[in-house]
Amino acid sequence: MFWEQLINGLTLGSTYALIALGYTMVYGIIQLINFAHGEIYMWGAFAGLFLVTVLGVNIFVALIGAMIFCTLLGMLMEKIAYRPLRGKSSRLSALISAIGVSIFLSTLMVLLRGPNTTRYPEVLRVKTFSLGAVEISSLQIIILLVAFLLMAALTFMVQKTKLGKAMRACSQDLDASYLMGINVNRIISFTFAIGSALAAAGGVMVGIYYNAVWPYMGTMAGLKAFSAAVLGGIGSIPGAMLGGIILGVLEILGVAYLSSSYKDAIAFAILILVLLVRPQGIMGQKKMKKV
Amino acid sequence: MPILKLEKITQEFGGLRALDSVDLEVREREIFGVIGPNGAGKTTLFNIITGIYVPTEGDLLFKGKKLNGLPAHKIASLGIARTFQNIRLFGRLSVEDNVKIGSMALMPAGFWSSLLGLPSERKAGRKAEEKSRFLLKMLGLYEKRKEYASSLAYGEQRKLEIARALALEPSLLLLDEPAAGMNPAEKDELMDLIRRIRDDMGITILLVEHDMHLVMNICERIAAFDYGRKIAEGSPDRVKNDERVIMSYLGDLGE
Repeated sequence: MFWEQLINGLTLGSTYALIALGYTMVYGIIQLINFAHGEIYMWGAFAGLFLVTVLGVNIFVALIGAMIFCTLLGMLMEKIAYRPLRGKSSRLSALISAIGVSIFLSTLMVLLRGPNTTRYPEVLRVKTFSLGAVEISSLQIIILLVAFLLMAALTFMVQKTKLGKAMRACSQDLDASYLMGINVNRIISFTFAIGSALAAAGGVMVGIYYNAVWPYMGTMAGLKAFSAAVLGGIGSIPGAMLGGIILGVLEILGVAYLSSSYKDAIAFAILILVLLVRPQGIMGQKKMKKV
Repeated sequence: MPILKLEKITQEFGGLRALDSVDLEVREREIFGVIGPNGAGKTTLFNIITGIYVPTEGDLLFKGKKLNGLPAHKIASLGIARTFQNIRLFGRLSVEDNVKIGSMALMPAGFWSSLLGLPSERKAGRKAEEKSRFLLKMLGLYEKRKEYASSLAYGEQRKLEIARALALEPSLLLLDEPAAGMNPAEKDELMDLIRRIRDDMGITILLVEHDMHLVMNICERIAAFDYGRKIAEGSPDRVKNDERVIMSYLGDLGE
C-alpha cells in the first residue's frame, strides 16, 4: 500500500516539477511570478487533446506538438504582455499583467470549448506490472520516464551549453549580462519558451493520467506548482524538481493516510510552513540585504 | 578621428541634471582619465557610453557612428567593454565561464546550433576556449579557472572583471575605479596591466579613478568633472594645477 502510494506520489510530483520549473526559471531571471504559467499548462493539455482527437496522431507526437505549440504561446505572451513593461514600470505592473494574461487564456478556452470537463480518449493501452507486492502501470512508467528525461535534458542544457550559461549569467546579474553583450531579451524569451514547453508536457501527461482536461485546470495545478517552486527555493532549478516531487508525494500520502478532503490544503499548508521556517526554500540561497 | 566623441551630452533625472552639456573626445590608443568628487557625474557618464541610460540631449559617437539609443548589448558587441566600481562578476559561474560569457556576444548565437553542437558552434567554442586561456594566463588567473568567481580574493576578482571585459575584444575599455580597495603593490601591478592592455593590444582606455597617484601616472589626458560639468581638461600637470580643480577638491581656501 505505502509503496504504491509512493509511486502515485512520484508520478504526480514529477508533473508538478515540470510546471514548477517554468515558475522558477522565469523568477530567477526577471523576478516575475508568472501567474499565467498554469494556463500555459492547461493550453498544453488541450493542444495535446486536439492533436490526438482531431488529427489522430500518436500520443508521443501529440506530446511534442503540444510542447512546440506552448513554446510559441509562451514566447508570444512574453513579447506582448511582459516585454513592453520591462524597465519602464515597476515589477508590480508585470505581475498584474500576468494575472490579466491568466484570466484571458482561461476565458478564451471557455469560449472555445465551454467550461466543462473533456475526457481524454484512450491513447494508450495501460498495462499494470507487479514488482513484488507493488503495482505500477505502464502509464506511470511513461510519465516518470518522460519527466525524468526532460529534466535531465534541461539540466544538461543549463549546465553545459552556451545558452544555459547565458541564462545563468542573466539570473545572477541582468545589467552586467547586457554589458557583456548578451542579448538579454532573447535569453528571457528563450526562458519562457523552455518553461512553457515543460508545462505543456506536464499538461498532456496529467490529461492522460487523470483522463480529464478542463479550462480551469491550470489554476490549482499552477498554484501547487508555484508552492513546489517556493518549497524547493524559487530561482533554483534543482529546487523546483525536488520541491515538485516532495509536494506530490506528500499530497498523495496525505490523501491516503489522512483524508482526501485535505488534498488541496496540504500543498498550501506546506507553502505557509516553508515561508515561516525557511523562506529561501530547500535549495535557495539566503540573500543578504546590503544596508 | 577620435574613437569616442560626446557632443553636448545632457542627462536629467527628474529635475536633477547629472550631466550638463558635456563635450568630450577620447583619441585612439590613449589612456584617458576622468576625475571628480562623488556625485560629479562620472558613473553617469559611463552608463551613457555603455547604453544603460539614453541621454536626454546630445550625441554620442563611437568611431564616427552614432550610438544614442542603441541597446547595451549592441554597444558592447560594437567594441565598448567595461568593468564596474562595485564588482559585478557572475559569482556562481566558474572563472573560465565568466570570461567565455564575454566572448559569446561575438559568436553566432544560433539557438539550434548551440543546442545541437554544430561544427560552426564547436569552432566558435574552441576559439572562446583559446581566448579565455590567453586572457586568464595574461592576468595570472589560469590556475583558478575552475573555481567559482565568488571564491576569488578581492584583487583577483577585479582582474577577472578586466579579463571578462577583454573577452569582448573591445577597442575601448572603460574602467570604473579599477584601483578601489587595492593596496599599493596591487595598484602598481594594475598600472602595469593597464599600460600593457593599451600597448600590446592597442585598446583605448577610459578610466574613472579617485586615486590621484594612479591617474596622474598613467593617464595621458584627464578631464575633471564637478556637478555634472567638465571643469578642466588636458595633461595631468595642467589639470593638477588648475584652480577650479583644486577648489572643487579642497574647497574654496580663499574664504
